Amino acid sequence: MRYIALRLLGLVGVVLFVSLVTFSIMHAIPGGPFDEDKMPLPKEAKQAILKSFGLDKPLWKQYLLYLWNALHLDFGYSYQSPGETVIQLLTRVWPVSMQLGAMALALAIPIGVLLGVLAAVRQNSWLDYLTTFLATLTIITPHFVLAIGLILLLSTALNLLPTGGWERPQQWIMPVIAYSLGPLGTIARYTRTSMLEALRSDFVRTARAKGISEFRVTMKHVFKNAELPLITIIGPMFPNLLTGSIFVEGIFRIPGLGQFFVTSIYQRDYPMIMALSLLAAMLVTLVYFVTDFVYMWVDPRIKLE
Amino acid sequence: MSQIEGRTVPAPGSAPALGPLRRLHRSQRQKGFWVYAARRFLRNRLANVGLVIVGTLAFMALFAPFITAHHYAEPSFGKAWRFPSRESWLGTDGIGRDFFSRVVYGSRVSLSVGLMAQFISFLIGVPLGILAGLKGGQTDFLIMRTVEGCQSFPRMLVAILIMTLLGSGFGNVLLAISITSWIPICRLARGEVLSHRERDYVVAAQALGADTFHLLVRHLLPNVLPVLLVAIALGIPEAIFTEAGLSFLGIGINPPTPSWGQMVGESVNYIRHFWHLALFPAVMIAWTMLGFTLLGDGMRDALDLKMQID
Repeated sequence: MRYIALRLLGLVGVVLFVSLVTFSIMHAIPGGPFDEDKMPLPKEAKQAILKSFGLDKPLWKQYLLYLWNALHLDFGYSYQSPGETVIQLLTRVWPVSMQLGAMALALAIPIGVLLGVLAAVRQNSWLDYLTTFLATLTIITPHFVLAIGLILLLSTALNLLPTGGWERPQQWIMPVIAYSLGPLGTIARYTRTSMLEALRSDFVRTARAKGISEFRVTMKHVFKNAELPLITIIGPMFPNLLTGSIFVEGIFRIPGLGQFFVTSIYQRDYPMIMALSLLAAMLVTLVYFVTDFVYMWVDPRIKLE
Repeated sequence: MSQIEGRTVPAPGSAPALGPLRRLHRSQRQKGFWVYAARRFLRNRLANVGLVIVGTLAFMALFAPFITAHHYAEPSFGKAWRFPSRESWLGTDGIGRDFFSRVVYGSRVSLSVGLMAQFISFLIGVPLGILAGLKGGQTDFLIMRTVEGCQSFPRMLVAILIMTLLGSGFGNVLLAISITSWIPICRLARGEVLSHRERDYVVAAQALGADTFHLLVRHLLPNVLPVLLVAIALGIPEAIFTEAGLSFLGIGINPPTPSWGQMVGESVNYIRHFWHLALFPAVMIAWTMLGFTLLGDGMRDALDLKMQID
């Protein structure tokens, strides 16, 4: 109980730290959201806008005000999308990214684990070599390179799929593939490695000597022990994939959260930058928190202190 | 011997007859470890492929002016948008710059960013990680909270923020990458030190009266270093990826210096027609990452003690 309380306290600390650093860097960037180049306005009008958003106050006051409002779940208005609160903007665009990420994970986790297990059980077979080759290939290729490759192959050369958009399911195929291959390869590789390690253990030899079927040995004795490193790998994939990617969403023109990581900074959309930073930080911290409990659940030998 | 203090180790002045002999033995074994590792590495076919790829890239980067016929930034408006031909091997870009030259010169950015970013990560991460693992207590708490704080930042968002703040350019790209890339190294160093600290040989050395410095230099570092080296090598592709990503967004390396990521980014709008502008830099990024990954994997297999069972 005390442990959970301490961890939650740590979560609050992380959020405060991230918000403070983001706030400082963001305001250190020269230029503001309502400069001449973005909005040619008379001086008085600009002053009025700045005042209405509280941007005329000293920075420390702005920060405290932001925290106070955030405590009341008021994250302000997004400057780049007039008339929309940050919450409204997020509820509009985030589901798109979540859908893309969820589809990618739904593809990557089962296939990756399956390939890894098969490769380990049949070590040094053609299946093992193929898996290792595919895993290496997909891990090393950045997803924007994969995306470009897919477009070149499936759109430019074969003319099978549209180059972008998000209205029809055909348009989902390439982004989901481009997005899931990297995690898939990573999962397959780690599964293979930790399976191989577990396969060499004494208890596996004992289990086999007792006459337990190979399938049971693989599932109960080997995979059970190979799960732990997998959890370490898969955990952080969730916040990464669910918050969208600037590259994949940009290349395939998907109206998700990814593009806002860039546009918010370019347009000095302060409330949106803060929201994105805090959202990502909370997700990451939360995932580490949950991962530690999953460890304990999977492996009772692990105790948290 | 000072039995009173519970130590059984002889005072430094009175080395027993076994002393020198044992030390010689150990030094031989240490050398053997690296020699055997190098042999295992060279016997590994994939590792050799990695070595050849990285070697070729290094050659390209070092001798770029001798390989290419044109300067990477030399425009030729009459020859814009050419497809690959005998005259210009990889075609030309929108303002007629020889694309082969640009691809070759692009290796300079990728290689130097990858190597230097990981070097910086090593310099920051390893001392901090070892310090946290050895000292424990409040030092550990402080370092680990810093690490947790830093790793909870969304990587790309921080990189973009920093690049927008400081402006694009090589040094700032390095900074934006290293600010987060030292974290896994630090965590690994701490974890390794923690796991070795409890092992029998360290406990024995401590019982024999070894001080922290001796423990660190003679016992912990030699055992921890191989793992850290592998992690450093395997982190190189990640650094290259971040640079390519930033340049892809147009906030990485300043034009006209060519960077593969930047070239891919500029090509996206013309991908339906001028496929060569997207294909070649994209292939080079993947190729470079393949080389370093195979190299790192080979190092891991050659150095990782667990693998010796095979």
